[in-house]
Amino acid sequence: MSIKTEALTKSIWVFHVSAGSCNNCDIEILDLFTPRFDVERFGIQLIGSVRHADAILVTGAMNRKSVPRMKTIYEQAPKPCVVVAVGQCALSRHMFKDSYNVCEPLDKILPVDLYIPGCPPRPEAMIDGIVKLVAKIRKGK
Amino acid sequence: MNMRDRIKEGLGNKILEWDERSARRIYFSVDAKEVYKSVEFLFKGLGLRFSTASGIDLPEGFEIIYHFSFDKAGEIYSLRVLIKDKLRPEIASVSPLFRGAEWMEREMWEMLGINFKGHPNLKRLLLADDWPEGEYPLRRKNVS
Amino acid sequence: MSHKVIVPIGPYHPLQEEPEFFQLYVEGEKVVDIDIIIGYNHRGIEKLAESKHYDQIAFLVERICGICSSSHPYAYVLAVEDLFGGEANIVPERALYIRTIIDELQRIHSHLLWLGLAGHFIGYNTVWMWAWKYREPVLDMFEMVTGNRNNYAMFRIGGVRRDLKDEDIPALKKMLDELLPSIKMFYGAINDDPVIRARLKEVGTLTKEQAIDWCVVGPTARASGVNIDIRRDEPYGAFLLNTIDWNVVLEKDGDIFAKTMVRILEMEDSINIINQALNKIPKGEIDANVKDIPIGEGIGRVEAPRGECIHYIKSDGTNRPVRHKIRAPSFMNVASDKVAAVGGTISDATLTLAAVDPCYCCTERVAVINKADDKKIMNGWDLVKLSREKTDKIKEGWPNGRPE
Repeated sequence: MSIKTEALTKSIWVFHVSAGSCNNCDIEILDLFTPRFDVERFGIQLIGSVRHADAILVTGAMNRKSVPRMKTIYEQAPKPCVVVAVGQCALSRHMFKDSYNVCEPLDKILPVDLYIPGCPPRPEAMIDGIVKLVAKIRKGK
Repeated sequence: MNMRDRIKEGLGNKILEWDERSARRIYFSVDAKEVYKSVEFLFKGLGLRFSTASGIDLPEGFEIIYHFSFDKAGEIYSLRVLIKDKLRPEIASVSPLFRGAEWMEREMWEMLGINFKGHPNLKRLLLADDWPEGEYPLRRKNVS
Repeated sequence: MSHKVIVPIGPYHPLQEEPEFFQLYVEGEKVVDIDIIIGYNHRGIEKLAESKHYDQIAFLVERICGICSSSHPYAYVLAVEDLFGGEANIVPERALYIRTIIDELQRIHSHLLWLGLAGHFIGYNTVWMWAWKYREPVLDMFEMVTGNRNNYAMFRIGGVRRDLKDEDIPALKKMLDELLPSIKMFYGAINDDPVIRARLKEVGTLTKEQAIDWCVVGPTARASGVNIDIRRDEPYGAFLLNTIDWNVVLEKDGDIFAKTMVRILEMEDSINIINQALNKIPKGEIDANVKDIPIGEGIGRVEAPRGECIHYIKSDGTNRPVRHKIRAPSFMNVASDKVAAVGGTISDATLTLAAVDPCYCCTERVAVINKADDKKIMNGWDLVKLSREKTDKIKEGWPNGRPE
């Protein structure tokens, strides 16, 4: 495994992007950083600029106005950068897939490394997902 | 005088139909040309609170309902107008009366294509800038 | 001669979980105008509702906004029940109490969430951590009663979908008893801390006239002295039965301090309301088993944590609505930032914009303007830093922790 990906599995800095979400997933992501779950003790930090991000957490149902912005943000992120689809909307656009203002699913737009289902996913599910992703990266896949 | 009577007295023969659906839901309609004066009377004259406005594409025209809340009694007075011209639908904007109407009218314009004459800032609110011109999501396509 | 600099806030500031775009026009340190652009969360729900049947729509509207997840389905079922002449006509009493319990629990969790964010914006991260720590037991209660921390799926036309088990009631009461001292603690902390008062008093003021002109609702209106609260004006749920003793919280200054006080006092009152509802809830049915929806038009509204949430349904007797109009409270409230933020300083901007408790997903606000690139750009993160720096400066000026 290259030094870059090795570093990715140590303390992950995450950047959050909402592409048209109802905000439930976004709040549950923020919940990870509050005392009960406290992922900061694992070195996971929520940062304000995508240029320092190791992982991008994407929520939302791929709203037409948000998708170009989301793509720009992905391009600005230093690679390697994992993309995590959080929540049913990011997985498949959920019940909004027939809407006139919703585009294709996330994994047709960006390369997704981790899918965390749920509406919204519990913080424990998100932690579980990240642990599995780190294990996968360490195995060198 | 209760609110119903005050409205009937104030709007007089502008009222085309009056329908008391239930104790707290009163629907009445005026001609589209009278909308500004009617809303002015309801908002400024009677002090009712503007709650929301909904537009709908009906076969007979575009109907807009302005819902006003009389909070002291928990009643909603819904003012209905019908814009019969479906090719170039337009109506006077009530935004000059109170700023709470601005976003509401912008939304109806972009969803239904109704032109609100006199609106200070009629531009896109929700849809993307590259949304095609002339495509109004809430218009019905299969009805002639 | 000063020139105007555009300072965009957002989108994707990490602590405003929803993307939103405010463009601030500043002259020096002062905000002289603001452009609010929304549209980043617009998912076409009103149009989608026309293709779903009535039972499905309750699930659809629940996801308009995650934070006030019970308000939209409640307003929606009230709109449909309006076609039957109103909630009181068809919903059984036990269901009315359950509806109110869920609704008020939601108010508590939503206001705690806001309190945490407000604390974070002014640099009191402890407030954020504590507010969200105390929010967790409320979410545990939701999970115990409804099965999910968020998105409760409790509302159905004619009643509620799940019953409140008798064995759950002591756990609920215990949680509320443990929560009340924490809320009183927040009240004391904010009221007594001179630095917080300096940050919140006379900042982001919305006068009563402006509140009426912009038709704002909820705590934003009540903080400015506009006495509206749907729970009193058009009672619903357990409030219909006149068995609950409660108060409308009203302030008059219209500044952020007033808005904060309204929310904290409302939380205390909600605890009181839920306790009464738990004591008075009768045994009985929880669902009226509604089958067909009559033809007509219905309007339903509830007092969501952010204000009046109103839904309008037009039915033609089939199993799908002809029209479903949704107006979330923040649609009215956020627009008023145009006057509330103007006249203030940039360091107060983030807090003022957050003070109306924008539930962006409800209203869909946000949009990014592709404008001038050669202006000095500060992002939302920088603005929060500025806000925190202001707090630090105030603290430095008062070495004893209070004004001399």
